[in-house]
Amino acid sequence: MNLWNRLMCYSRRHSPWLFHMNGGSCNGCDIELIASLTPRYDAEQLGVRLEGSPRHADILCITGPVTHNAVNAIKTVYDQVCGPKAVVAIGSCPATTNVFIDSRTLDGPLNRHVPVDVFVPGCPPRPDAIIQGVAKAAEILAERASKKLPVAPVVMPLVGPGCEGACACSATTEKKNEEVQA
Amino acid sequence: MNLFLELQTALARLLIFPGLLFAVPAAWFFLWVERKAVARMQGRIGPPFMQPFFDFIKLLGKSTPPRSGIAGILMRAWPLIAVSAAAGAVGLLPVLPASGGFQGDLILLLALLELPSMCIIAAGFSSGSIFGEIGSAREAVLSVSYNIVFLLAILSIAASQHTFSLQALAQLPSSPLRWLGIVAILVCLPAKLHLNPFSLPNAEQEIYSGPMTEYAGPELAMWELSHGLEWVAATGLAATLIAPALTLWWVAALVFVALTFAIVLLLSVVAAATARLQIDTTVRFYWQCTLIFAVLAVASALFMRFRA
Repeated sequence: MNLWNRLMCYSRRHSPWLFHMNGGSCNGCDIELIASLTPRYDAEQLGVRLEGSPRHADILCITGPVTHNAVNAIKTVYDQVCGPKAVVAIGSCPATTNVFIDSRTLDGPLNRHVPVDVFVPGCPPRPDAIIQGVAKAAEILAERASKKLPVAPVVMPLVGPGCEGACACSATTEKKNEEVQA
Repeated sequence: MNLFLELQTALARLLIFPGLLFAVPAAWFFLWVERKAVARMQGRIGPPFMQPFFDFIKLLGKSTPPRSGIAGILMRAWPLIAVSAAAGAVGLLPVLPASGGFQGDLILLLALLELPSMCIIAAGFSSGSIFGEIGSAREAVLSVSYNIVFLLAILSIAASQHTFSLQALAQLPSSPLRWLGIVAILVCLPAKLHLNPFSLPNAEQEIYSGPMTEYAGPELAMWELSHGLEWVAATGLAATLIAPALTLWWVAALVFVALTFAIVLLLSVVAAATARLQIDTTVRFYWQCTLIFAVLAVASALFMRFRA
């Protein structure tokens, strides 16, 4: 791999621009995605920018269990994102249709319609889990663009209080809670 | 021989200092300072230092949607015209003392500063996107509003000092009238750079990205670069007018860089502290509140000139 390709790879990993799309979500995951950009989590440290136009984006973040109405919109927006691109399914809904399973208004899960690269489980997932998922997607993006290999979808671990492998943030929160109780 | 030397100096100014070789890293640096300052004001940490550079490289490596016909050619041409105009404007700035220049280069600089905005308007309309068209219309209205004040302010400075040469303007001592003009220019800069109280054309919560909605990949990278170069040129022009006349070239360059940095910080802080105004409020602000000062400045400049 020559110098230009390495620089390109590095840039792709450090500048993921997102486009957020709601595929019939209850708005829970959408709030968490916005929360990951707020001062407490500040995803811009990783170069993340939430873009208004799908043409500018690298990573498509889709929430919701994919209703019949949303299918065509999702396919159109997926085609509008210029390559190389990656898709992150945020929340349990796009992965499995969650509690709405067997509903006649649904046409999910998401990977029946567009190829998904990263699943971020949770109902809703924590903002730090979403940031982790986006960082993973940026890595996949760089890898795929440089090697032209298909990369298998990644399922991120569930994070948060009470989960195995809980993140540092929730560990400190629990510690604080213990201190408060003591 | 003389012509050859002049050509050489002109090329050096366009390509090395304060032209492309200096201006492109400076453009990225200013874009970073703006994002970082806004992030710090909001209590965030903000993007890493090399972020605009990474964004630029990444955009160069992305594909663009297929475009055909005249509209496709035009859409590819607009960002290139905008970048070259902004780079030319930066190259004209009299940063170093005795760097040449010619009578009337102020007018050329103003025209080159205006070209990127014209390109943005044309780009939005040729993209055929409804959001692009709304953004272009807003940019056109905004441009008509702030440019009157901007041009009158610069005209008042030029008229009070009897010259249209940037070099001569930069070396003359400052007067109260000149400061009035500089304040008017500073009020116009947020609108020229699409910053927050006047960020109407690219209002991302309302009309996606305005004129840039349909742009992707390398073309978008060129727009980002032209925006950065506009930052350098516009803040550089203000810094040139503010800076005291200095004879040592390295002191002059240092003062220039420090002043542009201070103006960038000031504009970013204003952008972070304010919300976007409506289009009619913006137009009223420029036509009713600011225009009076600009007209006063020009009138007193002409009066002083005739009295002298």
